[in-house]
Amino acid sequence: MLNHAEASEQFIQDAERTTWHDETLWFVRSKRDKASKVIPEWEDLRDHASQIKDHVLANLGQYLIEFEAKAKANGVHVHWAKDAEEHNQIVYGLVAKHGSKALVKSKSMLTEECHLNSFLTKKGVEVVDTDLGERIVQFRDEVPSHIVLPAIHLKKEDVGETFHQHLGTPKGNKDPQFLTEAARQHLRGYFLAADVAITGVNFAVAETGEFVVCTNEGNADMGAHLAKVHIACMGIEKIIPRRKDLGVFLRLLARSATGQLITTYSSHFAKPREGQEMHIVLVDNGRTRQLARPEFRNSLKCIRCAACFNTCPVYRRSGGHSYHQPVAGPIGSILAPNFDKKSNVDLPFASTLCGSCSNVCPVKINIHEQLWFWRQDLMKEGLAPAGKSLSMKGMAWILSHPKIYRLAGAMGRFVVKNLPFLVNNRLNPWAKQREMPEAPKESFQTWYQSRKS
Amino acid sequence: MRVALFVPCYVDQFYPQVAIAGLELLEKLGCEVVVPKDQTCCGQPMANSGFANLTGGCDSNFSQNFDGFDYIVGPSGSCILHIKEHHPSEKIRNSVYEICEFLVDVLQVKKLDARFPHRVGLHQSCHGQRGLRLSSMTERNEVPFSKIAQLLDLVQDLDYVLPERADECCGFGGTFCVTEEAVSVRMGQDRIQEHLVNQIEYVVGADTSCLMHMEGILRRQNSPVQIKHVIEILNHHA
Repeated sequence: MLNHAEASEQFIQDAERTTWHDETLWFVRSKRDKASKVIPEWEDLRDHASQIKDHVLANLGQYLIEFEAKAKANGVHVHWAKDAEEHNQIVYGLVAKHGSKALVKSKSMLTEECHLNSFLTKKGVEVVDTDLGERIVQFRDEVPSHIVLPAIHLKKEDVGETFHQHLGTPKGNKDPQFLTEAARQHLRGYFLAADVAITGVNFAVAETGEFVVCTNEGNADMGAHLAKVHIACMGIEKIIPRRKDLGVFLRLLARSATGQLITTYSSHFAKPREGQEMHIVLVDNGRTRQLARPEFRNSLKCIRCAACFNTCPVYRRSGGHSYHQPVAGPIGSILAPNFDKKSNVDLPFASTLCGSCSNVCPVKINIHEQLWFWRQDLMKEGLAPAGKSLSMKGMAWILSHPKIYRLAGAMGRFVVKNLPFLVNNRLNPWAKQREMPEAPKESFQTWYQSRKS
Repeated sequence: MRVALFVPCYVDQFYPQVAIAGLELLEKLGCEVVVPKDQTCCGQPMANSGFANLTGGCDSNFSQNFDGFDYIVGPSGSCILHIKEHHPSEKIRNSVYEICEFLVDVLQVKKLDARFPHRVGLHQSCHGQRGLRLSSMTERNEVPFSKIAQLLDLVQDLDYVLPERADECCGFGGTFCVTEEAVSVRMGQDRIQEHLVNQIEYVVGADTSCLMHMEGILRRQNSPVQIKHVIEILNHHA
């Protein structure tokens, strides 16, 4: 597996596509700016949302129990899964019980996190993602590169080619309307046939036991309304206390995500319709571990709007797949080390710590500070790349000793000035595409000492 | 007013003109400026690389050089932010100022004898802008303000423009510039391109590290566009 820096370097080799990717996501960020700026109380709204989420995290156990009781009273089956494996087994158990061979699924980052698709496929169950972007990446045997815009790394030409291969659309046709219609016709059959529909959950209301799913395509509703069994999979952090809190989050979510005032569908599910079975799977999968880490717990406030992706100058120029995680971008980089430190050690370093992410975040997660904290944590665990610890120790030693620092500085300037080939070469990553700074004949301190005398 | 000038290591070694401008300007404005001789580095390069546990030597050296000063002023937003957020001494954390911030908030400079008859592009460095709040940011719904622009407005014949994306990161990012070389350079190239369409002669900012990165790219492109620290412009009269 390539690390973030290596994968980004590959991504950037296609300069034109990088420009396109950057500009497309910047356009979404700009729409978010416009939508947020017409609300005078925007910053208060962020504060409010942040406080509600803090409150939930401080009382999570109690709210989960309340939610479970209310949901059960509504006639919903509630399941608890401690990890991805248990979640997948529960879902498979339900599918198997109904003898289903195919199911439809609307967008759920949790099921991506749990790798449900590959799990069920191995068991002989066909999973059909019904979100258009997700269906596109599923055809291509890829994972989403963005949590709201799963196929944002692809251009319409790519989609045309993919649909030509998988749906038999005419070769070379890249008309978005035509291709969308082809997908619609293709998915319709699955919607009508599926016995089981899986959806994600955006918000679960403790006081009522209901849950809300936000989509723009209506595919969650289409699936859930037609299938005999509706399984909603949610991370335990999706709880909010009261129905009226939705007024805060629904105003923030779509504006932050795409600059829309609200998602086209904000569907409330409270109880199964007659003859239907409704299940909720509550998944921990490391969330309680994160909850117990004071400096990282508030990453669990995330409402998966992806505003931090769209604003991140690194994400826009490296693409979602460079993060090698179901959730990419800045938020992914602070969630991933919780799952596995070693394989995600590169991600907290895939940032300049510019802080834009923390300031677009609708629930005010201090993302860039957590990136910094993860860096400390991972290095303390001894996960530094070869040579890094030693060079850091050397640098710290030089900079702690003024006389040695002065000597090193003079030597450094001497080299840059007189032996430039030692630094201006491809072994020095600075100089691959940049010139070294010009070396002045004396340091400021030397100048200052002679000025004084 | 007694002021200690903090000259970050790479400014000391590679951009002495920035520190000289800071020193001269502060003196012109009536400050008694002390330059502690044995200062080196704020420790940020280690801390941002995940080795904050190795910054003890830098922290104590900083303390030895700057203890007792009420105003520790430096021309690099990023280093100042590091001290402000991570130095173990509360007194020091509360006494450090980025130089533009110091001119506006403490000295409350209302006029300057400065002239710079050029068109420049203003780069808003992230740590100064979002970290130290030197100016408002486009992410937030807030009343626009800019301490740097406030100062540049005092310079005669200066024409400054912001790029279309007013506060996007240049991609320097400390050791990020070498560990994520491809993204870093690409970000810098994009930033420069947005400045160049505005027909500017200089890229100007309050953080020398961002400027160093962009200068490296400009020079590799053989561009005639140069970099200048804001403080060099505020101290310029011609």
